[in-house]
Amino acid sequence: MFGLDKKDTSLLIVVALLTLLAPFILNPFPSDSAMAQFNAGYPDLMQRFVIFGIFAVGFNILFGLTGYLSFGHAAFLGVGSYSAVWMFKLLSYNIIPAVVLAVIIAGLFSLLIGFISLRRSGIYFSILTLAFAQMSFALAYSVLSNPKFNLTNGETGLQVYADDPQWLHGANMPDVPHLFGLSMRSTYTLELGPWAFDFNTGYYICAIVMMVAFYLAIRIFRSPFGMMLRAVKSNQQRMNYTGLNTRPYTLAAFVISGMYAGLAGGLMAAMDPLAGAERMQWTASGEVVLMTILGGAGTLIGPVLGAGFIKYFENIFSKINDNVLHGWFAFLPDGLEDFVVTIIHPFVGKGWHLTLGLLFMMVVIFLPGGLVEGGQRLAAWVRSKRNKGQDDETTGKTEPAE
Amino acid sequence: MTKSDVTRRGVLKSGAFAGAGVALPTIFTASSAAAYTNEPTGGSVTLGFNVPQTGPYADEGNDELLAQQLAVEHLNGEGDSGCLNTFTSKALKGNGILGKKVEFVTGDTQTKSDAARASAKSMIEKDGAIMINGGSSSGVAIAVQGLCQEAGVIFMAGLTHSNDTTGKDKKANGFRHFFNGYMSGAALAPVLEKEYGKERRAYHLTADYTWGWTQQESIAAATEAVGWETVNNVLTPLASTDFSSYIAPVLNSGADVLVLNHYGGNMVNSLTNAIQFGLLDKVVNNKDFKIVVPLYSELMAAGAGENIKGVFGSMNWNWQLQDEGTKAFVKSFGEKYGKPPSNSAQTCYAQTLLYADACERAGTFNPCGVAEALEGFEFDGLGNGPTLYRADDHQCFKDVLVVKGAENPTNAYDTLEIVEKTPRAQVEYAPDHPMFAGGDLGSCNPGA
Amino acid sequence: MDAFLIQILNGLDKGSAYALIALGLTLIFGTLGVVNFAHGALFMVGAFCAVTLQRVLTLSFETVDETQKDFLGNPLKVKTPYVESWFGPEAGAWIIDWAVPLAVLIAIPIMLLVGYVMERGLIKHFYKRPHADQILVTFGLAIVIQEIVKYFFGANPIQTPPPDALNGVANLGAALGMEIVYPVWRIVYFCFSVLIIGGIFAFLQFTTFGMVVRAGMADRETVGLLGINIDRKFTIMFGIAAAVAGLAGVMYGPINPPNYHMGMDFLVLSFVVVVVGGMGSLPGAVLAGFLLGILESFASTTWATTTIPGINQIIIYLVAIIVLLTRPRGLMGRKGVMEE
Repeated sequence: MFGLDKKDTSLLIVVALLTLLAPFILNPFPSDSAMAQFNAGYPDLMQRFVIFGIFAVGFNILFGLTGYLSFGHAAFLGVGSYSAVWMFKLLSYNIIPAVVLAVIIAGLFSLLIGFISLRRSGIYFSILTLAFAQMSFALAYSVLSNPKFNLTNGETGLQVYADDPQWLHGANMPDVPHLFGLSMRSTYTLELGPWAFDFNTGYYICAIVMMVAFYLAIRIFRSPFGMMLRAVKSNQQRMNYTGLNTRPYTLAAFVISGMYAGLAGGLMAAMDPLAGAERMQWTASGEVVLMTILGGAGTLIGPVLGAGFIKYFENIFSKINDNVLHGWFAFLPDGLEDFVVTIIHPFVGKGWHLTLGLLFMMVVIFLPGGLVEGGQRLAAWVRSKRNKGQDDETTGKTEPAE
Repeated sequence: MTKSDVTRRGVLKSGAFAGAGVALPTIFTASSAAAYTNEPTGGSVTLGFNVPQTGPYADEGNDELLAQQLAVEHLNGEGDSGCLNTFTSKALKGNGILGKKVEFVTGDTQTKSDAARASAKSMIEKDGAIMINGGSSSGVAIAVQGLCQEAGVIFMAGLTHSNDTTGKDKKANGFRHFFNGYMSGAALAPVLEKEYGKERRAYHLTADYTWGWTQQESIAAATEAVGWETVNNVLTPLASTDFSSYIAPVLNSGADVLVLNHYGGNMVNSLTNAIQFGLLDKVVNNKDFKIVVPLYSELMAAGAGENIKGVFGSMNWNWQLQDEGTKAFVKSFGEKYGKPPSNSAQTCYAQTLLYADACERAGTFNPCGVAEALEGFEFDGLGNGPTLYRADDHQCFKDVLVVKGAENPTNAYDTLEIVEKTPRAQVEYAPDHPMFAGGDLGSCNPGA
Repeated sequence: MDAFLIQILNGLDKGSAYALIALGLTLIFGTLGVVNFAHGALFMVGAFCAVTLQRVLTLSFETVDETQKDFLGNPLKVKTPYVESWFGPEAGAWIIDWAVPLAVLIAIPIMLLVGYVMERGLIKHFYKRPHADQILVTFGLAIVIQEIVKYFFGANPIQTPPPDALNGVANLGAALGMEIVYPVWRIVYFCFSVLIIGGIFAFLQFTTFGMVVRAGMADRETVGLLGINIDRKFTIMFGIAAAVAGLAGVMYGPINPPNYHMGMDFLVLSFVVVVVGGMGSLPGAVLAGFLLGILESFASTTWATTTIPGINQIIIYLVAIIVLLTRPRGLMGRKGVMEE
């Protein structure tokens, strides 16, 4: 199907099902139960899952295939966001021109940076990309937001004001990002007994874009171009000796992944029309590197899993406070309850960083291939047991793939 | 719980179906009668506390969180009721808000506008929070305020000192209790004039982002009005950790006052560096060299340690005030947590009570009703003296404190001493003052 | 002229911290081939050795003073440090005053141990793994270390003042008839780092151990074939690298008060320093550290920022880009190190 072989087709179908059914999969617990804290199926987080999924898939085209480790990809995401918000400010809240411009600008920006940075390889390349991204961040945060020439609105973040021109804004169009009148915010909530499932327009638009992006990534991975990139990774010198100039190939991969980042940035702005400079900081670049490695660099589904994993911790674990803990363990006798809460306390709420750090270490120590390897091992184990066909009831994040 | 778009429900609904692309089951029990976002239907109402829990401001965020939890206790009639006893409005009965038990959820802003919006959204979308309170940076406050305006909930800002929060970025759903850069300048300048004289030459070091700029502009204008000269204004990157190369040129600039428009870690380091270079021991133009830190916080004072001795600054509130409201709050906070509250904690506490009170008086949680109840509201008894929530820009007007680092602190908490309580009339300004112009409050948005 | 010299001093001072961290990073790259993202955290742990010692020395017993009141109106509890009651108020106060220099003594064994445990317990298993995995695991470790420190010490900076004798300023230019006033502790810091850098170079240059390590850096396999247990020596080098970062941290406390994320603030910069210096080159790391420190100082002057607005924000990255584009392997990099 779509020019894919059987294995890839089934992978694509799995991804499609996962994204389309995400509102169900991510909300496994009844909304009034204590476990509802772990539900992740609300619009904002679902949008983040797929948007960062796109970002990581794109990053993986560069890193996973060519081995070039860019430490500055957040800059392209940030540039994408800024371009999109500028489209909202100048034209209208319609997301099509915004996202298109985001991809184009990010593509041009990555062409420029890639052209310079790819003159070096290895860690020298990484530092060059890092330097460009940090410069972009520093300029966006302060210099480019001065009152005389306010391109980025600095610390506050670029946003749409009531007195912005919005030349193409239709009279009956909503005052929030929309697709020809269909608001990104609109959510239909389906209540089934104690369960509640949110179906959000913005999420589904992102999901569809991600499926297309994922499909393109599969095609790139399987194409002769993808083979060429892998060859660069395994031995660039030999490629050069055969008289082949690898630079155009790596540059193409760099620009493609930069455009993916721009797409993610554009969508992020489309879901929430504010572009903050922090999304260009090195920590943001580092985050996508971590997502990709955590999920499994070089695999197709890995980066998406890694993105989901990190965003889940950031948004769910950070919200578990002592109050919630006491709620969970209220059934225990008083002394024991306090003891259990004291033990768990450092790992949740304001301690979510600690849990994330520990999990980074555990995953990389025990699952050298990232989460994908975990999935494969699980699949192998299930196959060898071949009895109950245990389904993984957590959040469906460890689907075997690749 | 149904969340929907502001305007075109019909289109949206069908849009959601089309977008979903899956056959929906036929059991629809969704109630679509909500009059506003997250209308509480059960026996409880959920407030969202959005404070930095990781990153450099984690301690300050923690302090805010403690104060907010205390406020919730008092609203629910637990503890000693704190400021409910001293608050001039008697609408709150200690039985929750409008008879509903108050519950809360917390989020981590990470002091980043993106992350703060994400956690605020999660509280609104997932937990059904009816209002958002807290924060410790102006960038975050403005970003979250914008989000709350779009989502149709009330935002009660925490620590945010930039003029823009109630100036060019003001929003109908957003309310600020904290003071701002203009007020700092207006309160500080007369005291500085009295202490240091009219003939002073000031050198500004300013954090290179929005808050730093607005504060520098305010302080420079206020001090120039009393006759000071501004020798130089140098912008320092936010990421700076070492300020030696900015401090050294001050020595030979001919300036005799250094103004540090820095906050948090930036201020702790720049002040430490300035003392290291012996600035305070110098005599320039036959005058003793002085340092001014326009915006103080207790945590900054703790971080700067001995270096703040004799250094002037301003604050929104301080636990050493002697009015009834302050005493009641300090007592219940101190007894519960074993330390006095910081001024950002007090702001978050007061904001939570003010919100609850406004709901009671309005008889509804509807943001438009609440906003109307808050606009033009005059009150006292929360620690800041007689206060007005001005309708034009949703800024609180109250006395501002001028403080300085204590020469002989007796414990870890009285490192700052109150020099003067600048009366409210002196820090007031017109809503269309040039430093606040360009914004539009818009109209309140109830969401659904 | 004075202003110019002071900015050079500032640059040398900033450069000292960069150089020390970069030196340690390069030792680890060069010997073990490991990208250590936890190196900034080691710097921070060093600074908190001083904080901890200060806390231990000021451990106090409480006596109730009925004449004074605390903030709730209860009688004030007056604290007296144990050391003051043991050694007498004056000697006790002197010990507390010298907490930071004393912390150097305890930081050396602690950091060597931390480095040893880290290498044997974790890093050892990652020699054969891709650099990406090394980044992930050391980054995770850095977060864990940070969060542990934050759990015990909070997020707010903590003052670790220098001893009174080394506080204040000195006029360096008195002999030349110029006024170059500079903080004493910063001069101490610079001398201290020169001493450490010199020590490391002498150690590698003039001891047998150092010779073997240098040989191992150049060609690990051959040295191994000669029957030398190179792994063991590298473990010790890792400990030394950790100790260098830790000492840089201890002494840095009085310059800027330590907080739990100071390591992350330095991490990226020190990576840039290492790469600008050239991968695998110890002199390169030191040279680049001081060079970038000085350039950063000059970029912060009013003259520079009015000529090119924002230059102080980007100078380090701009220099890094220019250096890497004109010199493919940084200032003094060796061929083939971390280039693939």
